Amino acid sequence: MSMADATPHSTVPAAVRLTDIHKSFGLVQANRGATLEVARGEIHALVGENGAGKSTLMRVLSGMYTADSGRMEVNGRDVTGWTTADAIDAGVGMVHQHFMLVPTLTVAENVMLGRELTKHGQLDVARAERDVEALSRTTGLAVRPDARVADLSVGEAQRVEILKTLYRGARILILDEPTAVLSPPEIDELWQVLRQMRARGETIVLITHKLDEVMEISDSITVMRHGRTITHMRTADTTPGDIARAMVGRDVQLAKDHVAEERAATPHATDALLDVHDLVVTDARRLTAVDGVSFSIMAGEIFGIAGVEGNGQTELLEALAGLRAARGGTVHIGNAEATDFSVKERGHAGLSHIPEDRHLRGLILDYSVAENLILGQQDRFSRGAQLDHDRIMQNARTQIAEYDIRPADPLLPARALSGGNQQKIVIAREMGRSFQVLLAAQPTRGVDVGAIEFIHARLRRARDAGKAILLVSADLAEILALSDRIAVMYEGKFAAVLPRSEASEEVLGPYMTGAAAEHAA
Amino acid sequence: MIVLLFLAQTLRIAIPYLFAASGGVISERAGLIGLGLEGYMLGGAFCGAVASYYTGNAWLGLLGAVVGGVLLALLYAVTSIRFRGDQVVIGIAINLFASGATRFFLRLLFHSSANSPRIPGFGVEQTGTGWLAIARNPLIWIGILAVAFMAWLLYRTPFGLRVRAVGEHPAAAMSVGIRVARVRYLAVALSGALAALGGAYLAFDQHQFTAEMSAGRGFIALAATIFGRWDPVRAALACLLFAAAETLQIQLQGAQVIPSQFVEMIPYALTIVALAGVVGRAVPPAALGKVEGL
Amino acid sequence: MTIHATEITPAPPSAAPAVNRASRRAELEEAFLPAIVALLIAALVGDVLILSFGQNPGTVYKLLIEGTWGNAYGLGQVLYKATTLTFTGLAVAVGLRAGLFNIGAESQLAAGGFVAALVGLALPASVPTLLALPIFIVAAAIGGGVVGGVPGVLKAKFGAHEVITTIMLNFIVLALLNYLVAAHLKAADSLHTATIHTGALPRLSNYIGPFHGSAANVVILLAVAVVIATWYYLFRTRGGFELRATGLQPEAAEYGGVNVGGVWWRAMALSGALAGIGGLNFVLGYKYYYEDSFGSGAGFLGIAVAIVGRNHPVGVALAALVFATISQGGLAVNAAVPKQMVDVLQAVVIIAVVASVPEVRRVLRRER
Repeated sequence: MSMADATPHSTVPAAVRLTDIHKSFGLVQANRGATLEVARGEIHALVGENGAGKSTLMRVLSGMYTADSGRMEVNGRDVTGWTTADAIDAGVGMVHQHFMLVPTLTVAENVMLGRELTKHGQLDVARAERDVEALSRTTGLAVRPDARVADLSVGEAQRVEILKTLYRGARILILDEPTAVLSPPEIDELWQVLRQMRARGETIVLITHKLDEVMEISDSITVMRHGRTITHMRTADTTPGDIARAMVGRDVQLAKDHVAEERAATPHATDALLDVHDLVVTDARRLTAVDGVSFSIMAGEIFGIAGVEGNGQTELLEALAGLRAARGGTVHIGNAEATDFSVKERGHAGLSHIPEDRHLRGLILDYSVAENLILGQQDRFSRGAQLDHDRIMQNARTQIAEYDIRPADPLLPARALSGGNQQKIVIAREMGRSFQVLLAAQPTRGVDVGAIEFIHARLRRARDAGKAILLVSADLAEILALSDRIAVMYEGKFAAVLPRSEASEEVLGPYMTGAAAEHAA
Repeated sequence: MIVLLFLAQTLRIAIPYLFAASGGVISERAGLIGLGLEGYMLGGAFCGAVASYYTGNAWLGLLGAVVGGVLLALLYAVTSIRFRGDQVVIGIAINLFASGATRFFLRLLFHSSANSPRIPGFGVEQTGTGWLAIARNPLIWIGILAVAFMAWLLYRTPFGLRVRAVGEHPAAAMSVGIRVARVRYLAVALSGALAALGGAYLAFDQHQFTAEMSAGRGFIALAATIFGRWDPVRAALACLLFAAAETLQIQLQGAQVIPSQFVEMIPYALTIVALAGVVGRAVPPAALGKVEGL
Repeated sequence: MTIHATEITPAPPSAAPAVNRASRRAELEEAFLPAIVALLIAALVGDVLILSFGQNPGTVYKLLIEGTWGNAYGLGQVLYKATTLTFTGLAVAVGLRAGLFNIGAESQLAAGGFVAALVGLALPASVPTLLALPIFIVAAAIGGGVVGGVPGVLKAKFGAHEVITTIMLNFIVLALLNYLVAAHLKAADSLHTATIHTGALPRLSNYIGPFHGSAANVVILLAVAVVIATWYYLFRTRGGFELRATGLQPEAAEYGGVNVGGVWWRAMALSGALAGIGGLNFVLGYKYYYEDSFGSGAGFLGIAVAIVGRNHPVGVALAALVFATISQGGLAVNAAVPKQMVDVLQAVVIIAVVASVPEVRRVLRRER
């Protein structure tokens, strides 16, 4: 191992040194004085909550964005303000969270894009394919070079992304949330590849907010919060609790710590308010995404669905909400057979829905807060064909006060509010109406800690009022903190359904990875 | 003999479509809607006629046509790429601009609101419509070569690979250091040059420029681009199909079998059918019409 | 590069009332600055064209104003043209509010006029105008609405892009109407139908003498009413709420219980109907027959009118007056410079507005 004899405090310059980086988009300051130092040959975790500015900082490093101010050094060289092409030439490569692959091109074409191999002025596809094959062999990243990227699985696509950067001679590799879309075996493979790269002396920056990953793979850690660098530490000298504290800026009870204090009561009724039987749903590519799922949720119960994202949770929720047609199975809301109900009819039957992506579905960003507070209930706020302006405003003032939405101006466009306050609009709208069943998808994604506690309290209150709640969250701690029963979704099926008392991260983990699927009844 | 004459006339009618549709393919594959093809054709025809008239040389006239088409295309490119204006609106405005400007300068330069004086061109005097006439017109050969060239450029060269990437997933192209805007400028300029050659063909065939002489051919070329599913060879086949329908209508004119208006509708109706997916859906490049954020 | 949504939290702290007032001022600035910039650029291009023709720009612009707003006849012609443009502009604006680009106003206008003329030929002369008028409005709305609705249905059912289908339908419908008139309906030695029997509407000159000779007629009052009705529909009704929601964020509208495909085809049909009613201006108010290609570009210009009017009904009416003035002004200056100059100027206005909107927005945001 070539780096074995390097002393920790050698005079070798750092692979990356970013100093006091500022970067704004319009009024939003994504980075305000971010600093990062990465030693050569290490795996460096860049952690922080959603919106902490990690991705922006790394896009600045990879030349995709130009910083407003600050200094950038790579291997001791001042590279401030460089372009993507410069970064690639200097051996800095980035694997983005949303893949930067052209789906209509082949693997080999994607790999050589921007660095095309030519023979007599023409593309030399054959040689590119041979090169990709060779690189696949040496790195263990197996893909068919002539396959169209659109036909690859997510894991394969990520391999192509990594191959792409290595093909360009990357010695410093940045990975943005690489495990969000991977299955557990794919994650293990990725760790192996990264460790091999480290052994070859290459440098890796890993953006993540998953602390178990940080502890498992990284050598050192930089924590960001609100666009600033908070601290830098050696992984060996720290604990997940320390990292979490640095991430959120104060002592947090990690959500799982306060389960016990909540909830003594059991669900009060035996009536199922939501009953799903053998539901089959296909995704946009017409592949089966939900594969025969059955469950019931009682009044006064929170039913949590855990699992790695992309295992059918989105399609399940969309089918329940009436946004995607079911291929098979039945759905009952209360006593109503609701399988073929439209979105509106489901609303009338007592269904409320906090959608997983508030910027896509939950809000119309250019509509005012008041208008957003009636979205989906526009029928109720009309007289004949006409909107009832007075009642819309009155409703807005009530909800703004009740849910503490700031600023308290019903006419402001939703776009102008912070993420947490935007989510409060959605929560207020969906929980402020009369409903029996609530679908809550990622209810606290991208909101600050204060808002998380507020939203959790609201969900508990609704449960105590006898509502049936389906909670889907990528955050296992959130599932454990709120749910009465927990299902683990894996490849479109429930790998397990457990009462809260039997569930823990240790128990659920293997089901999420598919390793324990066969034990599910 | 009848068949040969039919084919010859089809080819003659198809040539301006082939040029403009080749331009449409490269522009749309790079992500820029080809609504301005009509304007580039008209502008190209006029500039070609002016250059040919003043130099007395049809080849220099061609050069003039290319310059005119490229300038219009760059006006479209700059306003839609640099200034991020809406491509649909600007494309339509380019056509209005070309229509107004050519007629304005027609009056300024030639004191006529209808047509230019006689210019050097490539058209054979109105005697034969057979193969001889075709063989003597270099623009026919250039038009056929343009299709082959476009197919080669798009699928066999680094530039073509970049065009395909830029029109499908510009952010991916940018992330590997490709200058997306530059690729797009080049593709649009090329589309302007090609469509202008199609326009020049019209003017040089008749040895004069006539007001509004593109007469909707740019839109037929756009229809061929879509009907050919953004592939140079398939688009060329669509051009030939549309041209054959027109030829048939001309040949049958005396017979009054089908009213000419219905033949006129064929390209447009087929394009709608293709878009509605009745026979296999036409899926446009993913980033077509979107330039925001780059 | 789009910034991933979750990466831009936290949003800036905002003091409510101040932001609110400032954001409304910014809205107004954003609405008017591009139009002003565009007119300045157009004037500059106009100068160059006029000078190239050896004329004095000042003189020509004076002619333009005198020939339009400077005398009652010119003003009447401006009002007549603005009436049609208001309808086609509203048509495009309603489509855009629903997120759809209706390029087909040209053929929808023609179809509306055509169907109205057919009805006018079928109705007996004894039917009083007041009774005939609603029938004509419905007929024109159906004519335009069907032509507009087809691309809407194709979009909702098959996802066929409405820009292309409306363009293609323009050619198809105009060819069809041309065939019907030329082969079956034309009066001798013309490309128009016979004169309708009833429903002819009075010219404004019947009430205001100086308008004499101009085509301005009482359809302009209908235009004003339709502007108000469109505004009311878009901003005060549930249907308008759902239509605009669909235009801004179709996924969110769908989540909010809106049948997005239904909004698409209804919005396109409504858009076509608005353009179709515009055909009455020619058929009922001016010539009293349908004439092939009477629209002569008013449908396409409707796109410019909607864009410059920022898709707001009142803005559309104002923009229609601007474009009608330029258009009529071309005839007024034709003796000095070719009237085609105004086509160039209109194109310049369109391009400059469209290209300066994002730029103006950026500059304004940076200042703040």
